[in-house]
Amino acid sequence: MFDLRDLYQEVILDHNKRPRNFGQLKEPERSAEGYNPLCGDKLIVHLGLKGDVICEIAFTGSGCAISKASASLMTESVKGKTLAEVRTLSGRFQEMVTADAETEPDTDALGKLSVFAGVRAYPARVKCAVLAWHTLRAAIAADHKVATTE
Amino acid sequence: MSQASASTASPPSFDAGRVRQDFPILDREVRGRRLAYLDNAATTQKPKVVLDALTRYYTEHNANIHRGVHYLSEVATQAHEAARLTAQRFLNARQTREMIFTRNATEGINLVAQSFGRRHIGKGDEVVITGMEHHSNIVPWQLLCEQTGAVLRVVPIADDGELIWEEFERLVGPRTKLVAAVHLSNSLGTVNPVSRIVELAHQHGAAVLLDGAQAAYHFPVDVQALDCDFYVATGHKLYGPTGIGLLYGKAAHLEEMPPYQGGGDMISSVTFEKTTYNEIPYKFEAGTPHIAGAIGLGAAIKYLTGLGFDQVALHERELLAYATDALQQIPGLKLIGTAPEKASILSFVMEGIHPHDIGTIVDREGVAIRTGHHCTQPVMDRFGIPATARASLAMYNTRNDIDALVVALEQVRRVLA
Repeated sequence: MFDLRDLYQEVILDHNKRPRNFGQLKEPERSAEGYNPLCGDKLIVHLGLKGDVICEIAFTGSGCAISKASASLMTESVKGKTLAEVRTLSGRFQEMVTADAETEPDTDALGKLSVFAGVRAYPARVKCAVLAWHTLRAAIAADHKVATTE
Repeated sequence: MSQASASTASPPSFDAGRVRQDFPILDREVRGRRLAYLDNAATTQKPKVVLDALTRYYTEHNANIHRGVHYLSEVATQAHEAARLTAQRFLNARQTREMIFTRNATEGINLVAQSFGRRHIGKGDEVVITGMEHHSNIVPWQLLCEQTGAVLRVVPIADDGELIWEEFERLVGPRTKLVAAVHLSNSLGTVNPVSRIVELAHQHGAAVLLDGAQAAYHFPVDVQALDCDFYVATGHKLYGPTGIGLLYGKAAHLEEMPPYQGGGDMISSVTFEKTTYNEIPYKFEAGTPHIAGAIGLGAAIKYLTGLGFDQVALHERELLAYATDALQQIPGLKLIGTAPEKASILSFVMEGIHPHDIGTIVDREGVAIRTGHHCTQPVMDRFGIPATARASLAMYNTRNDIDALVVALEQVRRVLA
């Protein structure tokens, strides 16, 4: 029996109420918008890069507690990481929230992000948890596309 | 119910507790709790008589209809056409040939848009809809407008979710060829003044399609009294199976409309040079239909009317008043859609809490509601919200269901406020 608190953990509730890195960057080098038409969640992720490293990140938008907390925790966990590291982390996060209930989350690799393991018991909410990560990947990918055309 | 009380009231007063026993699914627990099913605007549960009708058809009468000479085919054909008669009487159409079986309300609207619409609506003509339509009563008209160069006009709605009548009067004019309006809004609960809509549209020579997907299972509908040109409904909200719907059309329209789909059953003769179409309603029923679905729907309608539909409507009205009052006591909760004429729908938002979180948390308490835009994104935009939580009533709901919702919403506030 899954408890509601498995989904709405204290860390998640805290980040929902007081989202970190919420707002605009002064001069974002790139940004992307993510939209979940099912629930109307909308996120915009703003990025600043120093070489291959995410040196600045912020987000704006509106959404449910899960999507907002996910975006907030994501910004904390990717700041200072290289794009390759972010890609790996993003993949691990995706795996965790879609894994079956028995699979233990890799807490060493995921750190604080493992609070989202509870989402596995709520298939309808997986999209809320991954929206921020999809949006981040879109921001990174969009920039690469621009870079290759130049 | 006691004989004594039955003898003093005619028809006997409606007993939701008794009706619940006819719906097997309402007995089950969900997440260890008594199920409070409040997502009826999405689909209703099915009474045992409907399930039995389906089983009986497939175990005793299964055959294809209309051209079989063998016994089973005759029985199946009779049962299918008897369901049409039941549907005709239910909506009070003049004749059975005005009653077309579709897959759902959406298909009925598409049929009218593509058949009636493409014949009668051209460049510069106008189609008028309201700002509270379900996507299924928006997109078919947008498609038609793209195909023909016609223009879509939208009547705005007021802050309480009511149609702004003056705007409707202003928008309907000589260019208007068709007005398509929802009878009962699925996201606001507004009941539109459909008789007045039909009257005004007809004064301008425009045809009217009414979307009764929500209305038809909440209160009696009389298409002759309404004088609408088309009326659509869907079986799975009428306590019947999915995959079966109803389209009423005035015979004069249906006769001159071209077929919507070609195939078997909709023809009277076919050669490679020329095909003659079948008479209505069969002209619009190409291919093997959902025979079991039609029979199941017939059983559902008989069940509903057998309970006394006026009594059902009265029960739901009382429950809506009780629920409205109960929800308004919850701090930070705001109802979206408070029109004076309302039925069965309680759409709401809670301060600082996203509807999705509301839906997930009340679900843990065994309460099934819907959250999202309810296929009415323009309504959400109108009210400046991404989504609502929506509790929607049916005849088997009781105050227990509403009380369970209220307790669950208190839990929502405890977890997230």
